[in-house]
Amino acid sequence: MKEIDCRGLGCPEPVIRTKKGLKESPDGVDVIVDDRAARENVPRYAEATGYKAEVKQEGEAWRIEIRR
Amino acid sequence: MRISGKAGLAVTGAAIGIISVALVALGNPANMGFCIACFIRDIAGAMHLHTAPIVEYVRPEIIGIVFGSFAISVIKGDFNPRAGSSPVLRFIIGFIVMVGALVFLGCPLRMVLRLGGGDLNALVGLAGFAAGIAAGCFFLSRGFSLGRASKESPLEGVAFPAINVALFIAFLAVPSLFLFSESGPGSMHAPVAASLLAGLIVGIAAERTRLCMAGGIRDMILIRDFTLITGFVAIFAFALIGNLITGRFSLGFAEQPVAHSAHIWNFLGMFAVGLGSAMLGGCPLRQLIMAGEGSGDSAMAVLGMLVGAACAHNFSLAASANVGPGINGKVALVIGIVLLVAIAAIVTERNRRSE
Repeated sequence: MKEIDCRGLGCPEPVIRTKKGLKESPDGVDVIVDDRAARENVPRYAEATGYKAEVKQEGEAWRIEIRR
Repeated sequence: MRISGKAGLAVTGAAIGIISVALVALGNPANMGFCIACFIRDIAGAMHLHTAPIVEYVRPEIIGIVFGSFAISVIKGDFNPRAGSSPVLRFIIGFIVMVGALVFLGCPLRMVLRLGGGDLNALVGLAGFAAGIAAGCFFLSRGFSLGRASKESPLEGVAFPAINVALFIAFLAVPSLFLFSESGPGSMHAPVAASLLAGLIVGIAAERTRLCMAGGIRDMILIRDFTLITGFVAIFAFALIGNLITGRFSLGFAEQPVAHSAHIWNFLGMFAVGLGSAMLGGCPLRQLIMAGEGSGDSAMAVLGMLVGAACAHNFSLAASANVGPGINGKVALVIGIVLLVAIAAIVTERNRRSE
């Protein structure tokens, strides 16, 4: 699965990169974030556009698995 | 208690609207229960950074917001010391945002509070603010980014909140260090305890809910998400209700408190604030909140605003109430907008090429 590394990026960039990523890979992407606001916004965006999002803690970051 | 999503934002917005009207009833200037730009400007005056005698006071609201955000972020595990995302550019953008806000006479939060008080000049400001954010979204969707921040030591993250606490202690212990207005907006303030408590509540609530005046409009444009705008609407609604109940509502353009009707400059002032806020990833309130959460980059934006406020008064860039901006302010604002667009365009183009 395509992986988008958004560590160190603040709002709204992780959401914009997720949006672009899903355009290129409509089946789903993994987004890595380490910002709390992004950890909430990215799944919210994914769910609003009809995807399912699962958040998993990975050290000090989170992996958000976005799938159809 | 976990407050998030639209319900949390609605409650936070309602609380800010009500608290703002209460602070005005307790002594703050009209439609200025909160104004991040005006209050940072007053602190700059109190610290002798500028010498405009009517806008000098150590506003406990600002200190409360930063400390409230810091405390709750530590308690809830959100505290995250980080920096290194174009700090100098953020300082410059913060500076220009402050000049824009002081030409309009208010930050985005006060713009909403002015709308709730019936000040139609703020509607012109809102149009400019939305246009500025739309311009920011244009660059963001084409790859604008100030770059990644990296992890910093806890000391780096604590430094900015600590400065705020030190300022507050100095203000209480040795007030003779500071300048205090004897007339004008700077002389009007709620009791210190009420101001501090109001700041703490807003800091805590805004940290938990990620409330942002610019983010609401930005998310509507970029991703058709209406979550953050909920807070914006709730602040307006409850400030309006509060002003109607306390008899402070006055609809119109003329004779509005600490405002002017130079429409084009109200529009352009808030255009700069909107564009700059979109580039910084949040409005002035949000910058204070993120600085409290340990972001050195947001702290740099706040320091840029502090220096911007000092320069705005030292070089006569700020607008005068009922009159509008002078020639210095107009020229500085146009240069500021050109600089913002240039920074956004250069960074976007560079990011596009490196992809």
